[in-house]
Amino acid sequence: MFLSIATTHQPATDLGYLLMKHPGRVHETEHAFGRSYVLFPEAGAERCEAVLLLEVDPIELVRGRGQTEGLLDQYVNDRPYAASSLLSVALNRVFRTAMAGTSRERQPLADSAIPLEITVRPLPAQGGAELVERLFAPLGWQVTAAALPTPAGTPSRYVALTIAGTLRLADALSHLYVLIPVLDSDKHYWVGDDEVEKLLAKGGAWLSAHPERDTIARRYLKDRRKLYRAALDRLAAAEPEAEIEDEAPLQPEAIVEARLNTHDLRLDRAAEIIRQSGATSVADLGCGEGKLLRRLLKLPALGRILGVDVSMQSLRRASENLKLGLPGGPKADRVSLLQGALTYRDPRWAGTDAAALVEVIEHIEPDRLPAVEAVVFGSAGFRTIVVTTPNADYNVLFDGLSAGAFRHSDHRFEWTRAQFRDWAEAVAARHGYSLEIEGVGEPHAEHGALTQLAVFRR
Amino acid sequence: MSVLDIPDFSLVVLIGATGSGKSTFASRWFLPTEIVSSDHSRALVADDETDQSATADAFDLVEAIAGKRLKNRRLAVIDATNVRAADRRRWVELARRYHALPVAIVVDPGADICIERNRARPNRDFGPAVPQRMVQEIRRGFTGLQREGFRQVWRLSSVAEIDAASIDRRPLWTDQRQDQGPFDIIGDVHGCADELRLLLERLGYRIDGSPEAPQVIAPQSRKLVFVGDLVDRGPDTPGVLRLVMAALRDGVGYCVQGNHDQKLSRWLAGRDVKVAHGLEQSIEQFGRETPEFRNEARRFLDELRSHYWLAGGRLAVAHAGLKEELIGRGSGAVREFALYGETSGEIDAFGLPVRLDWAAEYRGKTTVVYGHTPVPEAEWVNNTIDIDTGCVFGGKLTALRWPERELVAVPAARVYAEPARPFLAAADALTGQAEADRMLDYADVGGRRFVDTELMRRVVVAEENAAAALEVMSRFAIAPQWLVYLPPTMSPVETSTAAGYLERPEQAFAYFRERGQASVMLEEKHMGSRAVIALCRDDQVARRRFGVIGDEAGQIWTRTGRAFFAPAVRDAVLARLRQAADAAGLWDELGTDWLLLDAEIMPWSAKASSLIAGQYEPVATAAVDSLSAATAAIAAASAHGVDTGGLEARFAQRLDRAIRYGKAWAPYAWPVDGIDDLEVAPFHLLASEGAVHFGRDHRWHMALADRLAEAGSGLLTRTRTLEVALADDSSSAAGCQWWEELVAAGGEGMVVKPLDFTARGAKGLLQPALKVRGPEYLRIIYGPEYDLPEHLERLRKRGLGRKRALALKEFALGHEALRRFTAGAPLRQVHECVFALLALESEPVDPRL
Repeated sequence: MFLSIATTHQPATDLGYLLMKHPGRVHETEHAFGRSYVLFPEAGAERCEAVLLLEVDPIELVRGRGQTEGLLDQYVNDRPYAASSLLSVALNRVFRTAMAGTSRERQPLADSAIPLEITVRPLPAQGGAELVERLFAPLGWQVTAAALPTPAGTPSRYVALTIAGTLRLADALSHLYVLIPVLDSDKHYWVGDDEVEKLLAKGGAWLSAHPERDTIARRYLKDRRKLYRAALDRLAAAEPEAEIEDEAPLQPEAIVEARLNTHDLRLDRAAEIIRQSGATSVADLGCGEGKLLRRLLKLPALGRILGVDVSMQSLRRASENLKLGLPGGPKADRVSLLQGALTYRDPRWAGTDAAALVEVIEHIEPDRLPAVEAVVFGSAGFRTIVVTTPNADYNVLFDGLSAGAFRHSDHRFEWTRAQFRDWAEAVAARHGYSLEIEGVGEPHAEHGALTQLAVFRR
Repeated sequence: MSVLDIPDFSLVVLIGATGSGKSTFASRWFLPTEIVSSDHSRALVADDETDQSATADAFDLVEAIAGKRLKNRRLAVIDATNVRAADRRRWVELARRYHALPVAIVVDPGADICIERNRARPNRDFGPAVPQRMVQEIRRGFTGLQREGFRQVWRLSSVAEIDAASIDRRPLWTDQRQDQGPFDIIGDVHGCADELRLLLERLGYRIDGSPEAPQVIAPQSRKLVFVGDLVDRGPDTPGVLRLVMAALRDGVGYCVQGNHDQKLSRWLAGRDVKVAHGLEQSIEQFGRETPEFRNEARRFLDELRSHYWLAGGRLAVAHAGLKEELIGRGSGAVREFALYGETSGEIDAFGLPVRLDWAAEYRGKTTVVYGHTPVPEAEWVNNTIDIDTGCVFGGKLTALRWPERELVAVPAARVYAEPARPFLAAADALTGQAEADRMLDYADVGGRRFVDTELMRRVVVAEENAAAALEVMSRFAIAPQWLVYLPPTMSPVETSTAAGYLERPEQAFAYFRERGQASVMLEEKHMGSRAVIALCRDDQVARRRFGVIGDEAGQIWTRTGRAFFAPAVRDAVLARLRQAADAAGLWDELGTDWLLLDAEIMPWSAKASSLIAGQYEPVATAAVDSLSAATAAIAAASAHGVDTGGLEARFAQRLDRAIRYGKAWAPYAWPVDGIDDLEVAPFHLLASEGAVHFGRDHRWHMALADRLAEAGSGLLTRTRTLEVALADDSSSAAGCQWWEELVAAGGEGMVVKPLDFTARGAKGLLQPALKVRGPEYLRIIYGPEYDLPEHLERLRKRGLGRKRALALKEFALGHEALRRFTAGAPLRQVHECVFALLALESEPVDPRL
């Protein structure tokens, strides 16, 4: 990690006073993450340059991670080298007084704008060189962000950033303190409540006026939405309430279908079919985080509701969303969440009247579908089964979707209406079900509805 | 003195007033653990044996305990007054639920005795009325006990009788576990007397005497077991009956009852039965028989048992099969199932009942042999086999030899009857086992698992690991039919103390030398991605042997069970491999039409390009840039007189390492445009038809791999090897030098394996392989500057125990999966091992090892 601060203010060596560092020596500081050095490669009267070097201990950085996820990429990473929040931490410690805008020897200088040239490298520019410009230029900097090449000579995501301008040193440092982590957007420690305080303390003065204020707050606090809103509310307190765009990380499928709000339609329709079937028990196969379960809970006829999913994480979220086992949640034995897979017959589903597979089958490899069929239609004995899946015919109507592409990266197939009907009819015939197929969502004259839905009854 | 003969598996219900001496009687003849007492249960739930308010809960507890005992096929005794029919109904139902015989024992010493005894006991101050009423009620209900469902009713009506009575336990008629055989189990005969005689002769039995009074003489100590349906449809039902009756009379056979046998016996007894399904032939043939024979046949058929449990419990024979929870038990449901199987109540297109496929769901350890449903070939499905091969329909009469598990068959002389449903299958159909295997059961993989392996005995999988594996298996893995193996993880060597090294060959040699190995095979470690390759001669073999449903004639998967390639590339790679196997003549030599290979596929970048672009390249870029800038700044400061101490040299050293890091993966990365850019290096031939090759040494495996590589065009590549004699210092030194040259030339390193594929030492199984990675390769793993002395020193302290324990368990599981697969075990048994292996892989272990 490399940061240099140069000035041509005369005498330039006053920079040493402002930073409280003697230009003739190497200043070494111990940090939790390693060491930092401040030294002056140039210390003349015309130009003086101070360099802050960070030496991060790569072994300590990953120590203790062996007990967690176990991905190789945690062990070898750019944290020891790239400018990141570690640099902000070091800045705050090594140049504390300068950041506070005080100077024992040169207070008037600390209070005045001086010509500065600052280089940070390598700076991960998540969001591109253009974002770098948008972040620094409004603050009065002339920005040069040169992309660094990889060893293979291709462009990398890192830039060597040089900003030049006439500013107060304390302001310059506070810009760096906030904006380096914003560009890196990969903070080395967990975002906590005091982060909002830190952000406002360091950026309060200029941040509220910054045109990229939202981006900065959001990225600084790394999408921790609650914190982000808290910070933004405090910044915007005096301004009229502005609608904040919902920017939760979206799945591609959700992006494609977002405007249409089809998922709600599908779930409502599936719940309605279950209700009409007269079932008193139901299994939501592939229940995810429990959106359909929540609808099914509202149907008083259902005495037993099973949510089945293969992902333990989804089941945990579903349990939280439905408040299982909490006051205000459903009655103790009405809902059970089970880990299970549709390719494994499961005696725990026995005796359940109805089943829903909402947007599930397209996540299963085609060669496993016969197993799913045997389990769901053959052995489980459901009297009503609702299956929904995307209608591939409709995909041509999506602007963002190239021909032949799927709506979601985990889809293993998407069927046209004819393909779905063929499959459903064969399944119904083999297992003695009657079949009805309908579309969900406003149908297009030629391409049908967004989603196709089949009801199997026996 | 009266002896009460009761079945050794039954639910004994004691009936007697308070103070009648039930508990004393029970404790004299039953184990304390067999007796479930209502008084004791009251105490368990309410700390007081006489607390009547706890009665309902206490009886729930009695039922729960007795139920669990019956489920485990243990006798249970209900010690409660059980005065009223309503009290007893619960126990009869409980016995039925677990197919145990309900036995009633009435203990009735008279009301006076009961009153007397109660007076002497504390907390029983309810006066004479209660025992009197109880005794009266019991006596009133006595005659109804049979009707209530008790299969045996015993009454002890005085103190003297109670004191003199003794209990004798007898095995159920169906329980012949003491008979170890050997047996010859014969399928449905249906009056095909000629074929039966031929089959018996072929099995080595001699038939003496006259046709009217035959004698069956068994070879050695063998015994016949008939799966029932001796009668109807065929040309000579009386002839068949004479033979079988003779065999049973002479003590050389058993026969279970088939549905046709039962129906004929009812007809012979003059009952009203519908004459159809071949009964008309029997009636016609019996018209020529004497009344004595008819009588004898009726008694014989009527007394046939529902099933037999044989050979120490390892074998059960029933006409239509038997579920695990019914074997060795007795109830109406057992007989119903044994005779008719389980049907869904629906009728199929041929007018026959739709059978539920109990065998597909069978998970028992007891082998079940049955008939009833004609099949073209007798096939093993989940440790069960249907040996009714439709002799009377022109098929054949089949016998299963036990314990040899050998099938012997005699073809039908002609078609005697037309089946209602054609039973000859299409030639290209999946095997019965494959059909049954379409459905795996959550119970086969979920929760905490124990897998018994041949190499290591029991391997335990934690529930949370199984949960993780379920997700991976169902979301990302290839079809379980292909996934018959996953490779074990591989541990590195202990760390070296040599300056500048984290890993060196010496420690690998020491590991195997100290554990008694004479020599090791060093194999070049290709830097690619591990792949398991199932190669079939054609797609038919794939369907038949692996039970897959697609058209692919093989599959290639990663070490976590994902498809290695998109289908088109996979098929192209498999085609090349198939040509190589053809040219090397492996199919005939190994007597197989499929091979399972363990291989490395290069380049690494083919699978790891996103890791390189997303992780390794950025690190190199950042490291080189930041250290270059720092080095320049330090040099500039020094130049104008600042004392930078050792900083300049230190940063120069760091920069040098960053630059080397940026080059570390270059040898393993190249662009892939088509399969000509790929390399496949096989190094184990894991299995082929009927054989797991874990018994072959690595010379054999490498020789085969070399032959494949030579026979293959392009794609296949060789693996360099060197054998090292561990007792010979110069040989070990040569091994070290070989490794040094390998890694100096940009190689990843090497794998050191004991010469024997499966090697054992004094403390059990040895690591099947240890990896020794080169210093530059380790830079990719541990980071650019890992070999700075202060870093290396800390990295040397790494624990390998967990990794090695995992490697052994996974090795044992992989072997077990293949052992089961090659033995033709049901998919779930193979899948269980592979699933467990995948589950173990979710254990948190330092991924740098």
